Amino acid sequence: MSVFNQSRKNVIRLIFVVLFLVIIGRLFTLQLFSSKYRIQADDQGTFRKVVYPDRGIIYDRKGKAILENTTIYDLMVIPGKIKGTDTLALCNVLGIDTAEFHQRIISAILKNKSYRPSIFEAMLTSEKLAKLNESMYKFEPGYYLQERPVRSYPFDAAGNILGYLSEVDSGFLKNHKTEGYQMGDYAGKVGLEKNYEKVLMGQRGIEFWKRDKMNRLTDRLENGRFDTMAIAGQNMYSALDVELQLLGEKLMENKLGSIVAIDPKSGGIICMVSSPNFKPKLLTGADRKKHITELLLNPALPLYNRAVSATYSPGSTFKTLQALVALHEGVITTQTQVSCNGAFYGCGTGKPMKCLDYGTFSMQSAITKSDNTYFATVMQKIINNPKYPNIDSSLANWDRYMYAFGLGHKLGVDVPSETKGNIPTPEYFNKPKIFGPGKWNYCSFRSVSIGQGEVNVTPLQVANEMAYIANKGWYKIPHMIDSIEGGDKFDMLTKFKVRQNAIDIPDSIFEVVHNGMQGVVDAGTGTGAKVPGINICGKTGTVENYEHGVKQPNHSFFCAFAPRENPKIAIMCVVENSGRFGGTYAAPIVGLMIEKYLKDSITDKGRLAKIESLSNLNLIPARIYREIRRQDSLLHSKDADYLSEKGIIRKAKDTLGIEVDDEDKESLDKNKKDTINNGTIPTKNKEVKLPLKTAAILPDQKKKPIQKDSIQP
Amino acid sequence: MYQQNNPTISKGVDWLIIWLYAALCIIGLICIFSVEYRSPDSVLQSFLGFKKNYSKQLFYFAACILIAIFILLTDSKLFTATANLSYLLGIVLILATFVFGKEIKGSKSWIPLGFMNLQAVELCKIFTALALSKYLSMQETDFRKRQSQLIAAAIAFAPAAFSILQGETGLALVYFAFLIPMYREGLPAFYLIFGAAMAVLLIVSLLFSTKSLLISFAVMAFLLIYFNRRLIKRNKNIFLSIVAVWIFCSAFVGVVVPFVFKHVLKGYQSDRIFSMVGVDNPYTDKTAVLTDTEEKEKKKEKDKQNYNVKQSIIAIGSGGFAGKGFMKGTQTQGDFVPEQHTDFIFTSVGENFGFWGSALLMLIYLGLLLRIVSIAERQRSTFSRVYAYSVAGIIFFHVAVNICVTIGLAPVIGITLPLMSYGGSSMLTFTILIFILVKLDADRQMVLR
Repeated sequence: MSVFNQSRKNVIRLIFVVLFLVIIGRLFTLQLFSSKYRIQADDQGTFRKVVYPDRGIIYDRKGKAILENTTIYDLMVIPGKIKGTDTLALCNVLGIDTAEFHQRIISAILKNKSYRPSIFEAMLTSEKLAKLNESMYKFEPGYYLQERPVRSYPFDAAGNILGYLSEVDSGFLKNHKTEGYQMGDYAGKVGLEKNYEKVLMGQRGIEFWKRDKMNRLTDRLENGRFDTMAIAGQNMYSALDVELQLLGEKLMENKLGSIVAIDPKSGGIICMVSSPNFKPKLLTGADRKKHITELLLNPALPLYNRAVSATYSPGSTFKTLQALVALHEGVITTQTQVSCNGAFYGCGTGKPMKCLDYGTFSMQSAITKSDNTYFATVMQKIINNPKYPNIDSSLANWDRYMYAFGLGHKLGVDVPSETKGNIPTPEYFNKPKIFGPGKWNYCSFRSVSIGQGEVNVTPLQVANEMAYIANKGWYKIPHMIDSIEGGDKFDMLTKFKVRQNAIDIPDSIFEVVHNGMQGVVDAGTGTGAKVPGINICGKTGTVENYEHGVKQPNHSFFCAFAPRENPKIAIMCVVENSGRFGGTYAAPIVGLMIEKYLKDSITDKGRLAKIESLSNLNLIPARIYREIRRQDSLLHSKDADYLSEKGIIRKAKDTLGIEVDDEDKESLDKNKKDTINNGTIPTKNKEVKLPLKTAAILPDQKKKPIQKDSIQP
Repeated sequence: MYQQNNPTISKGVDWLIIWLYAALCIIGLICIFSVEYRSPDSVLQSFLGFKKNYSKQLFYFAACILIAIFILLTDSKLFTATANLSYLLGIVLILATFVFGKEIKGSKSWIPLGFMNLQAVELCKIFTALALSKYLSMQETDFRKRQSQLIAAAIAFAPAAFSILQGETGLALVYFAFLIPMYREGLPAFYLIFGAAMAVLLIVSLLFSTKSLLISFAVMAFLLIYFNRRLIKRNKNIFLSIVAVWIFCSAFVGVVVPFVFKHVLKGYQSDRIFSMVGVDNPYTDKTAVLTDTEEKEKKKEKDKQNYNVKQSIIAIGSGGFAGKGFMKGTQTQGDFVPEQHTDFIFTSVGENFGFWGSALLMLIYLGLLLRIVSIAERQRSTFSRVYAYSVAGIIFFHVAVNICVTIGLAPVIGITLPLMSYGGSSMLTFTILIFILVKLDADRQMVLR
């Protein structure tokens, strides 16, 4: 019988072989031609853990850390594991209700699935952390605490310069694709944190971990063969003097404005105050969002760095530069005298430009006494200089000087959001909408000669201009960061080492200007800045300004450098809408700042008292308070029930009682929109963009539609 | 023959089979080790500790070697003599599980022995193989007769019927493997095809809805008739047979299966059968309102099976050509594949050793099977030959189905990978199966009845 079915053994063999070939074929396609399984396996079986290096520390010029790192904690949740934990207890500790709890859990699940950890509450406050630490055992393993390194500000100063970190958004990720950022990372948002992000960030390390199906990290993948080490961010040394910064912030309390001080020799910024400021600590930690919203809604714009972003007419501080141009162009000599009979009549009839002091002035005394007529005459000579064929070329030549002085263009400071100001150009006046070619002359823009009208500068530019004059003809680009520990790998500091001197002006000319400026402090308009034992050269400015065409109280300007013999500080202070004169408020502030910086401390009781009184002096213009009140009432108006309950309004439409003119409403809406859209400070704002209007309007000018675009706030 | 009066354990033993056996056992042990071992454990300690699965498997392996030696020392006549008795014992064991059975993973087919749990159906394969061999080798059996064929089929499928009642559909399906020795002994090829077709038909009737199956059968029948219309003109029988097959399939799917599930099997039994292939039971009593938890439980079961296969395919597919290297498989180390040490042990080969490793393993199995076939063919006694083919059939069925499950070619049927999967019962069964064969082969000069 065994022979009977012998051939069938081959059939059976064939069945075996065929089925095994089918299996091997399937394995072949699975393992060799489907990379998706490899990807899926890596996705679920390995974990790419980003190791964040310490961010770089920023030191001030004396080696004190002004921005460093500390650790706070996030409460993490794995929604899949929270079954059985005492939700109510947790809600009590965190001070939330169960509705909020469910909300958070749902959003965590939507974001990261229920088996992966999500942040339940970010950046716990120290009280909550203490409470949680006590009872954490009750909430494990669904909840756990995770360390998070954050920035700390030991002096809680210079928020406007240092800036802060915030979570990257999709726009940022798109722009920085190759730099290894991922969702949830933090990056410098403003200030030095933003500008030096590359330097401070360091290099992220990557650890590859194995993880199991419960999403727990079990072990390093291949003992860390593929890992890369994290390299800490580089520390940076800034030119900032944090004590001077603190004094400046104190002096500018209750005021709008800014102080910028530069070391003229190096271009390093010693202090940069923008007031109102914000405490940078508010922007780390748990209530960060709340604080940012408050700051964004504050009509005084605390997040707006006035020192580099706000532009003003320079006022009389501009006169020093006119003196330099006129003397170098040779249109006047140091002996040239101009007398003022009460006003400048160089343009014939019409409304004359008043001068405050009657008499005859030389260059030196004109600076000291800030004589308008003198400089109006001088500029007229510059513009009408027969050396140049026409007014276009003479104004262009004048522009060349202004650019060389650092005006009309961005200086290139390493603090973000610098604006460039404005210097009037022939091209601008030639625009048909403005005057049109050949239809303008010096008299069309004569108020520029005294720093009003079409000229606009930032406080930084004015301080830099002081450094330029102090150095007798050169400046270095103002900058916060002097050096980077471990070398300037990204070539960010080279440009700050170069002397900028586009036009060579002889020292003798500067001597004359210095004389005049010393006179300002010694016996002129800026005696308030006097510091015993130090020769200070300064210049006051009383800047007229308008809002919606309505004249506002003058800005008080004072700029100076000291000591005259070996300038160590070039400084500028503006107090917005303070009223009175430049010498009244800005000069004493500058004096105190110079004293503090050069003498290292202020000990004199009288001077200390002066600091206090200046600090307490409230010069915030009424419009800010009006705006705050208006916002408050708007907030309440949303809740009509609340108002009617309080008896403030009756429930009728016409008696809502809140007057909001459309324009304001628009700007408010815009403010809000900007805030929501990009989280930055709205740059276009009525408080900041000062209307360009000449101090004195001539009748023939009135007819022209002057600079439509710049009049509108 | 020569040296007959000096019998040694190694005399006439086919070493190739023993080497292949040992290789598979050791590969299995290594794979279980790679599944379970985590770096901080001490290797030696945990291997000897009898706590980890690989440690237990090592002990099972040692026990199996002892049993193997014991088998080689026995007289091969013993197997022929006790074949029918052992078969009876097997049936009794299976029936005993209905009473003493311990429930493990949803099936009550385990007999607790204290140190291990024995699966009667698993063990009964040996007895069935022996009994079938015994029957077919009896001189009075004429396998060309219908009656003999029916008796053989009854011997082969009786344990399967019992194990279906226990909910061990997977193990029951294994008994289809006995079609291979029966085919070799002269069962018409029709039955083999019929058996395979029935298996396929059963599985598709579980997987797809009755309505869509009936429609597709009708379409297939129509197409067959249409394309063979010329042949049909010449020979009416073809037409009739197509129609007969069609009617049979339709009746099987449309009448028999629903009838069996509705009236023969109890609800939980049919549920279990359907869950084997990862499908909801469509024959549940719709009037009975399921509680939420039951609903969830069922959903969970289904998700789990889908998850198993998905993870298994990911693990194998991610191996690539060369694999990730021993102990470097992230899926294996991360416990992503459930039941990886038992039914899904092949995934660790696929992941750690890649295509070449898996293909090599397949070739080892194929080599074992072909070797068994050639051993079968050199037997002088029918008993040994039938037994050898039974062993080949069982191993083939296990390997093919198990690996097809892991690579997504077959529905999830819980059967082990011979000699590699963790588990004492499975290992013991295959050891006994193989070593009885080796012993019979060693004594192939004797004529056994």
